[in-house]
Order: sequence, then structure tokens, then C-alpha cells
Amino acid sequence: MSNGAATLAAETGAAAEPASPGRRALRRLLRRKGAVLGLAVVVLMILLAVFAPFVERYDPLAIDYGAVRKAPSAAHWFGTDENGRDVYARVVWGARASLLAGVISVSIALAIGVPIGLLAGYAGGWLDSLISRFTDAMLAIPFLILAIALAAFLGPSLGNVMVAIGITATPIFIRLTRGQVLATKVEDYVEAARALGNPPLRVALRHVFPNIVPPLLVQATLAIAAAIIAEASLAFLGLGQQPPAPSWGSMLNTSQRFFESAPWMAIWPGAAIFVTVLAFNLFGDGLRDALDPKQAR
Amino acid sequence: MFTFLAHRLLQLIPTLFFVSIIIFGLQQLLPGDPATTMAGEERDEAAIAAIKAKYRLDEPIPVQYFYWMRGVFQGDLGESLRIKEPVARLVLQKLPVTAQLAGMAIVIALSIGISMGVVSAVKKDTAWDYAANVIALWGISTPNFWLGILLIFLFSMTLGWLPPGGYVGPGEDFWGSLERLIMPAFVLGNAIAAIIMRHTRSAMLQVLAQDYVRTARSKGLYERRVIMKHAFRNALTPVITLGALELGTLLSGAVLTEQIFTVPGFGKLVVDAVFNRDYFVIQGVVLVTATVYITLNLLADIAYVLVNPRLRS
Repeated sequence: MSNGAATLAAETGAAAEPASPGRRALRRLLRRKGAVLGLAVVVLMILLAVFAPFVERYDPLAIDYGAVRKAPSAAHWFGTDENGRDVYARVVWGARASLLAGVISVSIALAIGVPIGLLAGYAGGWLDSLISRFTDAMLAIPFLILAIALAAFLGPSLGNVMVAIGITATPIFIRLTRGQVLATKVEDYVEAARALGNPPLRVALRHVFPNIVPPLLVQATLAIAAAIIAEASLAFLGLGQQPPAPSWGSMLNTSQRFFESAPWMAIWPGAAIFVTVLAFNLFGDGLRDALDPKQAR
Repeated sequence: MFTFLAHRLLQLIPTLFFVSIIIFGLQQLLPGDPATTMAGEERDEAAIAAIKAKYRLDEPIPVQYFYWMRGVFQGDLGESLRIKEPVARLVLQKLPVTAQLAGMAIVIALSIGISMGVVSAVKKDTAWDYAANVIALWGISTPNFWLGILLIFLFSMTLGWLPPGGYVGPGEDFWGSLERLIMPAFVLGNAIAAIIMRHTRSAMLQVLAQDYVRTARSKGLYERRVIMKHAFRNALTPVITLGALELGTLLSGAVLTEQIFTVPGFGKLVVDAVFNRDYFVIQGVVLVTATVYITLNLLADIAYVLVNPRLRS
């Protein structure tokens, strides 16, 4: 990664190796069974969420008082809930809320955190101190508690939950980006780019930024897993997706009341959260190992 | 040691200042007129005016902040809008309950996490190692409210071994207290055990590769002694600091766990406040949580220096 000559060559327009470190990382990633399994499940979940209307035989909102809290059967694979709605349909549709929340909130965190982190790391001085102390302060408030407080003040809705989780996850990316920038800034090729008279913004974006992408990618994947749990937690507390729209967290919340008579109402949405989060964690762990140059085997 | 402590304490001042700004700033997120929103559905004019006057909501924001901070320094975190009780008193009432739950969770997390981490490092790349890693991944990925629901279903409803929740003080009924808190403590400890296991494993692997461990082995010491006396003690230091960071996860996790097991602690206080739109209680709890978390991390840093002789001077 610290191949100064290659970066300089690419900079001066000479034909560089076609992304060979990336390809090597991909090969390392595909050799890890856990990571491949994680990726496969993530892709499957995304496909389910996108094609939910085509996969599903039932409308997730269709109330059927003739089939209230029916145990899983051939007609209703995961059983039905307290309003006779098909639990399988609601779990599939719930994937939309969860994945959207995971991806959008992490995108918000990246969009705010990375530029601020670049600025702090690259500018240094009082600006860096100010940003760092503010980041410390945000990290001093436990993740879920800050997210709950933000969502409570913003008002309950899926959109606000995404914003709340996104803001809460931002300091992680500010700190990571800043740290990486500080480490990359002193590399020879960055010094060289600066010595050649490139303006600071260009050095930051063209020479420093590409080198901090791999750790950001890993952190983003793991953050999606955390964000999905956070969304489910907030929905469980009634702050997320509002009923009757399906969401895994709120399904779990309702299920508590029908525990003894209809345990399937709790088992399936929980299993969906578990499998999705596990898949993102597996993929993220594999990605970290594959992108770590020290692990190159 | 003294300079370290002084430096570390000085660093806290700006952090605490920004924490207070963030928590005070939450109010500004309320849609519409804050006093009207806080007064709730009735939109009682007198109530709105009272809130406005009490929290000086007509004054400029910096002035509001000043009065709010002055209150905080005097131990006044505002008053619950619903229960009409001082927030500080509510928080103090709930704190011991959560502290007991958290303490039990830490004991569970450390005993599972450290032993699993040591075993998986010593038996690296064996079935033990894989099993420990799978359990850790499971622990990190299981939403704790789901695990809580499943445990209640299994141990309370199906087997009838444990009460599904509630709380009794340990002074009143010691075993009853443990019996009620063991499931929530396990749920809380489980997620942290996984993270502690990972830290312990990597710290142990690093230490086991050191020269002094090789020296100890070549002296002919028993493997058990090498691992426990030479490796483990040195691996423990990073685990303390990294483990302390997980106290935040613990406090976060307590919110949902207490809700599920109806433990009348701190987390339950927040959830009830969220349901009741009791904004000052939310602010107060966040402020206290952050302060507790910062203090615990400071103590962990001091412990880190104390157990590491090279840093002590």
C-alpha cells in the first residue's frame, strides 16, 4: 500500500498495474468461507428486500381475523400474528426497513464523518483539537443511549431513526479517518506529492484518501451490522417504523404480549435480525483480514 | 503518576463541556415550540407558560444553556414533566439497581470472555479455537432483547425454573435478588463476553510469541505455569482498557434488557421517559450515563497504569 513509486507513476499518467492490490485482497476474501457465506446471505437478504412484492404470497398488512395467531403451517410458513397477518410476509417486508436503516444511517455517518475526519487529520492545529474533543464527547455517550435520546427528541419515524443512528455513528468515522490520515500523511509518496506543489485539497483527496478507503470499508460493514441492531432496538421501543408497517423490532415488541400462545411471533423476526447481523459481521471480519496487508498470505 | 493523573483530568474538561452542549442541544431538536411540545397533548396554556418560565425558554439559547448548566452543577437536572419529581432523585433511585445488574453482567462477561480467550489462544487453530470464535460471533450478533425473550420463554415459561423478571434488593432477599437478575445479567454479559474473548485471544497470542515466554519454556517450566504466570498476567493489561470501553455497551444494553425483564433501573427509566415524552428525564439520564462512563474509563486508565510497572514511574 505504501508503494510510493506506483502512486507517482499513476499520477504522472503512466499505465499502472490494474488494481492489483485490490484483486489480491479479493482473492484473499474469497478464500475465507465465513466471509463468502456472510456475503451470500447479505446478497440474499438484499434480493429478498428488493423483490419482496414478488416473493411474497401475502400482503404484510392484510388483516385476517379468521386466522389470528395460527401456528406455522403450509399456508403460513412462519404462522400468523395477533391480527392474522402472515408473519413470513412481514419478516420479508421487514428486511426493507432494517437494511434501508442499516445502509442509509451508515451512509449518513460516512458522508459527515469522513470529510470532517479528513479535515481534522489534514489541517491539524486548533481545528483538529476542537473536532477531536467534540468527537470524544459524542463517544462518551453510550451508542444506543445517544441514539434513543436523538430519536426521542426528533420524534418517532423510520427516517428520524436513520438520522439518529447516522449521527450517533458519525464520531466513529471521524476518529478512524483522522487516525488514518495522520498515519498516511507522513508517508513518502504524500510528501512527494506535496513537494511537487500539489494544492492541499488535491493531496488530501488524490493521495491520502484512496489509502484510507480499506479500513473505512471494513468499519462501514461492521457499522451496518450495529446499525441494524440499533434500528431493531429503537423500533422495539416504538421509536422506529410506525405500525402497521412491518419492522423486525416492532414485531418483537408486539410478540411479548403473546408469548405463551404464539412464540413463533418472537422467534422469526429475531432470527431474521440475528442472521442478517451475523452475515454482515462475518463479511466485515473477512474483509478486514483480506484488506490487511500484514495478513497477506 | 501525579502528572499523568493531572493531565488526564484536564483532558476531561473540554470533553465534559461538549457532552453538556450535546445534551442541552437535544432540546433544540424538538419540532415546533419546545414548551408546547413538552407540555404534551393537553396544550394547557398555564403549563406551557410555567415550563417557559422555569427553563427560561424565552431567553436566547446561550442564556438558557447557562441556567441549565448552573442547575446541573447544583444537582438540579430539571423536573420530570409527568411524575413531577426532580430528575436527579429519580436517577439516584434507579442507579443502584442498574449497578447491581451491571456488576453481575461484568462478572459473567469476564469469566466467560477471559477463559474462552485464553483457551482459544493457547489452543490456536484447533477445534477449541474455532468453537470459541463461533460462540463469540454468536454473542456479538444476537440482539440482546431477542435473547432475553427466548430465555424467558425457555427458563420461565417452559421449564419454570426462574422468575421472568422483576426486582428485589439483595438486602431484602439475597437469593431472590440473584434469581431475578441472573437472566438479564447473562443477556447483558453475553455480548460483552464475546468482545472480551476476542481481546483476550489477540493479547494472549501476542504475548505467547514474546521472547520471555520462550525463555520461560526453555527453562523447563510447566506449560500451565508459563501460561498463567508469564503470559496471562501480561495479556491482562490491554484487556482491562479495552474491556472498560465496553462499559458503554453495558449501559446501552441495560436499556433494552431492563425493559424486557421489567427491572426497575436506569434503562427502564429512559424507556418510560421516551414513552411519556418526558424530555428532561431523558436529558438527565443521558448526562448521568455519560458522566458514569467517563469516570469508569478514567478509573480503567488509572488501573492500567497501576498494573503496568513500566508506566508507573
